[in-house]
Amino acid sequence: MTDDTLRRTPLYALHLELGGKMVPFAGYEMPVQYPAGILKEHLHTREKAGLFDVSHMGQGFLSGDVNALERVTPADVAGLKDGMQRYGLLLTPEGTIKDDFMFSRLAGEADLYLVVNAGGKEADFAYIDAALKGAAKVTPRFDRALLALQGPAAEAVLARHAPGVADLTFMKVIRATVAGAPAIVSRTGYTGEDGFEISVAGADAEKVARALLGAPEVLPIGLGARDSLRLEAGLCLYGHDIDDTVDPAEAALLWSIGKRRREAKDFPGAEKTLGGVAARKLVGIRPEGRAPAREGAEIVKDGRIIGKVTSGGFGPSLNAPVAMGYVETAFAADGTAVELMVRGRPLPAAVGKLPFVPHNYRR
Amino acid sequence: MSETRYTDQHEWIRLDGDEATVGITRYAAESLGDVVFVELPAAGKAIAAGGEAAVVESVKAASDIYAPASGTVSASNAALEAAPAKVNEDPEGEGWFFKLKGVNRDEFAGLMDAAAYKTFVDGL
Repeated sequence: MTDDTLRRTPLYALHLELGGKMVPFAGYEMPVQYPAGILKEHLHTREKAGLFDVSHMGQGFLSGDVNALERVTPADVAGLKDGMQRYGLLLTPEGTIKDDFMFSRLAGEADLYLVVNAGGKEADFAYIDAALKGAAKVTPRFDRALLALQGPAAEAVLARHAPGVADLTFMKVIRATVAGAPAIVSRTGYTGEDGFEISVAGADAEKVARALLGAPEVLPIGLGARDSLRLEAGLCLYGHDIDDTVDPAEAALLWSIGKRRREAKDFPGAEKTLGGVAARKLVGIRPEGRAPAREGAEIVKDGRIIGKVTSGGFGPSLNAPVAMGYVETAFAADGTAVELMVRGRPLPAAVGKLPFVPHNYRR
Repeated sequence: MSETRYTDQHEWIRLDGDEATVGITRYAAESLGDVVFVELPAAGKAIAAGGEAAVVESVKAASDIYAPASGTVSASNAALEAAPAKVNEDPEGEGWFFKLKGVNRDEFAGLMDAAAYKTFVDGL
């Protein structure tokens, strides 16, 4: 099936050449897997390195009074040091989560470099512009490509094409030259592994991707393994684990609120978010046995529905099913026994600590 | 002598004497991707043609497996519990799902043979 309205990233032809199985995702035709398959791609990323095309995500630069971004995020923007990247939540006026995003202050540059999720990138940037009322403005750069190189071998591979990147630690960001192409390189990712995200001009994307794929340690990785990797790492997927019906407290994302912001309570919904005990909480869930519980499965305790699975599948590194979901706060403690309704039958499970697989960041 | 037929839902059924073995085709296994869990029917369960008989879960999604013809489950492939990857490795052999007794022969005869199934898949 083809859909004429779907967009393609600059790496579309390369995905086809590599045997990628293309599916519609967030308005783009993206590879869900390559011939190796999701299990192998997942395990390979944790063992060596995987290259992901995440060019569908929304890149842009915020210029002007960039600290005004604090009007729509509870993150500490003003306190972000040169050369650092940070995770932030974009909040609705009510204080629920409109999106999550990364923002970077490149050394010696006045603009903030932003990366938002693919699904709402136009709306996000329009929302930021409207909320900042001219104090600062986003210039979308949807023409740029974004590659993620993730896994324990990522540093060694990238350093062959971009000397200097080995000095970066987690959440640092620099401008660098990768395989001859000007790039923004940050030591971040969405797999729980050490790794990098590499932003380059669309026209340079294929050259950079081919250089990295040329390393014997690197396999191309599709969206399927990206999802299982991030789920094992306990990382939220917007539109599933977080959306505009939940606030940062419910989503267990209070850590993303800067200390200064918490004290000043100067972000949308601050009173409610910081005010007390959230009615429900996002938790990790480990089903017993091998049957995965999928998104939407009801979470039951003593015959009563206490929540719903928001992400669920199979964790290849754990060789076991894993899930995330919201439960009433009284049942959010680690080890709480619950049941998941799968095909009409209760499946025993336990609330478990996130991440399921320890993060392997280079601190 | 055994005889194999195929459904448009990509199940195969191999009739051998009075017992039939059911599984999913290589085409189905490849479309699903890595199988991580298979839920199989209990022996003694009567299933009508087209009825939900089993569930196969890949990393990404769950898919129902339907009975190609009516019959009563006589066995299921317990080896798949520990080794669901057999469905990908050998879908039309060791990766079988369950066996049926008392198979409705008319329904069986109405299914596609190997040549017809190949034509069907080629047209997808």
